[in-house]
Amino acid sequence: MKGKKKIISLLLMSILTLVLWGCTSEPASKPGGDGKGKDNDLIVVGYAQVGAESDWRTANTVSFQETFVEENGYKLIFDDAQQKQENQIKAIRNFIQQDVDYIVLAPVVETGWETVLEEAKEAGIPVILSDRMIDVSDDSLYTAWVGGNFVKEGHDCVDWLAGYLEELGRADEEINIVTLQGTIGSSAQVGRTKGVEEKLPEHPNWNMLDKQTGEFTQSKGQEVMESFLKSYDDIDVVIAENDNMAFGAIDAIKAAGKDPGEDIIIIGFDAVKAAFEAMIAGDMNCSVECNPLHGPRVAEIIQKLEKGEEVEKTWYVDEGVFPASEAAKLIDSRPY
Amino acid sequence: MKIKSILRNISRHSMFFPITCLIIVLVINLIKTPTFFHVSINNGVLYGYIIDILNRASELVILAIGMTLVVACSGGTDISVGAVSAVAGAITIYLLVGPMSSGDYRMPYVLAILLGLLGAVLCGMFNGFLIARLKIQPMVATLILYTAGRGIAQVITQGFIIYVRKEEFKYLGNFIPGIPVPTPIIIATIVLILTNLLLKKTALGLYIQTVGVNRRAAKLVGLNSSLFIFLVYAFSGLCAGISGMIITSRVYSIDANNAGLNIELDAILAVAIGGNRLDGGKFSLAGSIVGAITIQALTTTLYAMKVTADQLPVYKAIVVVFIVVIQSSEFKRYIGKLLSRITKHGDRKQVEV
Repeated sequence: MKGKKKIISLLLMSILTLVLWGCTSEPASKPGGDGKGKDNDLIVVGYAQVGAESDWRTANTVSFQETFVEENGYKLIFDDAQQKQENQIKAIRNFIQQDVDYIVLAPVVETGWETVLEEAKEAGIPVILSDRMIDVSDDSLYTAWVGGNFVKEGHDCVDWLAGYLEELGRADEEINIVTLQGTIGSSAQVGRTKGVEEKLPEHPNWNMLDKQTGEFTQSKGQEVMESFLKSYDDIDVVIAENDNMAFGAIDAIKAAGKDPGEDIIIIGFDAVKAAFEAMIAGDMNCSVECNPLHGPRVAEIIQKLEKGEEVEKTWYVDEGVFPASEAAKLIDSRPY
Repeated sequence: MKIKSILRNISRHSMFFPITCLIIVLVINLIKTPTFFHVSINNGVLYGYIIDILNRASELVILAIGMTLVVACSGGTDISVGAVSAVAGAITIYLLVGPMSSGDYRMPYVLAILLGLLGAVLCGMFNGFLIARLKIQPMVATLILYTAGRGIAQVITQGFIIYVRKEEFKYLGNFIPGIPVPTPIIIATIVLILTNLLLKKTALGLYIQTVGVNRRAAKLVGLNSSLFIFLVYAFSGLCAGISGMIITSRVYSIDANNAGLNIELDAILAVAIGGNRLDGGKFSLAGSIVGAITIQALTTTLYAMKVTADQLPVYKAIVVVFIVVIQSSEFKRYIGKLLSRITKHGDRKQVEV
């Protein structure tokens, strides 16, 4: 009996070793196999992406996949981290092992990057950050950052509203505003709230009645807007810090028997395709773009680095403001 | 003497503390926001904070019903319900409109709903199998779907938010034209009544309690403990599926990352606030429901009181700590002593007079 058990456990052990050996040997063989050789003249870029949590993120991924193609002289190694930092760290270590030329990182969180970026630095691989910033004491750990300017988006939102009210002939009226904030502490929430608040004093006839978080989701946006509508019966403008919360607000306003887009002006951020559909339906008035097409900007930085030029640390992508009047014209050109 | 015994009876009733908590929350509202209890008919439907609370609490009430039975029967919790509701929503919407947002149904609406619910029940059965048959601890067993469930939902939706652009799809989570009561409230009531009938009209409630109190003793008197544990997890899956339908219908879309996010924690909290022991045995469905409504009342209250977003979690934490403390048996004993001292004092005074 005992002997039998021993044999079984030995067998299991050997299977386990084989499996484990198989696991480790597979990635190791990759860099030798196709890392160099025929791809010698291509610039190899490793992209550690957050995941595919939203349409915005998907558009961001597609932008990289379309920019870094072989015709342009690149080879892109893409890694989807499924919203987990440890996966991203693993991906960066793999990139270092494969000796890529550049690493692009869209960090899931701000902290905890020192060690792995130090490793990349020692390996002499420049790291370019996309979308979110990281919190490191030594900023030589990354070469450049590419992303949207959330504060400027906030400014754009206020400026558009001022222009729109003037168009309506309501420039001197008392205007009551409520804000649906994003997840508190996220860079998009902090930047957009700050941007709006910085510009508000320019319009003394505007009141910010209330601010509350809708956590960037449609259902929370709807829930908070329901509450706002019961607390205040004279809301003129809703600023939703992303489009999804704006959709929730639209439903809440309709349920309260008011006409979104007419009775209450609705401004969103991100400018996703669904926002254009809402604008065409007349439910939404404006969406401030948060451009996910970072690929070309990153390519621009890499070209500069290839020529040996110094590059700036901060790179903003171009972002537009899309009012409802242009929505029908633009919707087909929206990639996401 | 009579008042005293009535007082004692009330304070000893299992529902005393859950209801007191809810009343405290509501009274604070009455003082702070006088319009809080104002209910009117607006646009042909009921409109007011109270309606909002009941409406928004519906998903939680349904989940809490399932969770109560899980807790009572197995002495563990099902932490996968949030993820399972996302899976059910994803299945239904994918079957209805496919991988892209659309307004055309590919199959009958009712069939898609039933298949979504079936998916949720299968998830629940998977949990039940792991716990009842393989004797894995409930927390560990349901942790599997807690982490993997959203992944499954993501695979179904291919990582996109899929919208259903059809007015009828919104009925389940909003209003059916002509009926002034929000549909989620109606659904939650139906689930509650059916569950209650099932538990009270059959011996099922008693069996579940018996298994929860002592699994081995239940076996000795001839109850198939494993079967009951398997069934309550399957039922919890069904409840998760039903709330998944409401969640997705509310926003006429499936967002695999955010649908029902963290709702499992609220469901467990609802069971706890309802005065149920989390280690199984005796249970009170009514308590859990009051608990679920209290949680939503708290959120709505904090919105109405204009608490800023960054302070919101702090206030919630304070109230939850308060509620849990006053329900602890030590605290109850202390209050009981205090009460009897006061009433004794009162008696003596009467004698003196």
